[in-house]
Amino acid sequence: MLKYIIPLILFMVMAGFLAMGLNLNPRDIPSPLINKSAPGFSLPILATPEKVLSNTDLSGQVWLLNVWASWCGSCRTEHPVFNQLAQKNLVTIVGLNYKDEASAAKQWLAQLGNPYNVSIMDQEGRTGLDYGVYGVPETFVIDKKGIIRYKHTGPVSVKDVQEILLPLINQLKAEV
Amino acid sequence: MKQFLTLILLAFSLNCFAAVEYKKFDSPQQEEAYKVLIEELRCLVCQNQTIADSNAELAQDLRRQVYEMLQQGKSKDEIATFMTDRYGDFVLYNPPFKAKTGVLWIGPIVFLLIGLVMLVVFSRRKKGEVNTRLSDEELAKKAKIKKLLNDGEQS
Repeated sequence: MLKYIIPLILFMVMAGFLAMGLNLNPRDIPSPLINKSAPGFSLPILATPEKVLSNTDLSGQVWLLNVWASWCGSCRTEHPVFNQLAQKNLVTIVGLNYKDEASAAKQWLAQLGNPYNVSIMDQEGRTGLDYGVYGVPETFVIDKKGIIRYKHTGPVSVKDVQEILLPLINQLKAEV
Repeated sequence: MKQFLTLILLAFSLNCFAAVEYKKFDSPQQEEAYKVLIEELRCLVCQNQTIADSNAELAQDLRRQVYEMLQQGKSKDEIATFMTDRYGDFVLYNPPFKAKTGVLWIGPIVFLLIGLVMLVVFSRRKKGEVNTRLSDEELAKKAKIKKLLNDGEQS
């Protein structure tokens, strides 16, 4: 009897690991930046390039940093979700326009709506590199002290907003 | 003529026109460090390529970053730390030995050991079986010899 049970158990363990492997998302690389200070930046604002926005301008509030680009296909999927979130007016949403052309980016926002309180231009991708960006879109949740509390890689869905982002934002807003 | 033509075609093959990034280095050591580093860093977009192999935008940016940091006189370790601070250990093809990466390093050794133990256990068991069978045969042989000897004595 044992002769048959042992291979069966081995098979089930192996199948379990394989199933786990199939369900893992290889793009979901844990960010080492979680619970660390958000990297500093000082970048020109898309709408008014003569002005710059620094990360320090945002301290004292909970904010989202959404990395987007007009050339990015899945940003289009995600965009309505952010439009909806912006309507709730719960949180400051900063757009990091990553390696994009200002004119294309502006046109994109005019066409699809602008959920961002402000968008900043990272044309060379240096700020993106500091944030460990590797797959646009990416979204960071930053608390009042300027600490990154959460990172989402890939398009944010309505479900992600309901189940992860909104509860976290409310929690962070309650923090002193 | 045909060989000549082949040669010409080879010389103008697409590979020759593949993008080559021109980078100027202050010293051969620096160039060497650059080559080593870009072979050790993973491109996170095309995950099974190094940033030396990949032509993804991100790989280009990372190469630029490595180059600039070398120009600033940063050491290889400093650059590797810079990258892992942003992208995690995953960016290194040769990740450091840590609690988190322990399974990665020890795993293969453990599996090898399990394999060896199994091999020894199974081969021992087989050997045992063979031995008993042989001695059975030997017993039969002995009996036969005895019988033959006995028969000889009687005749």
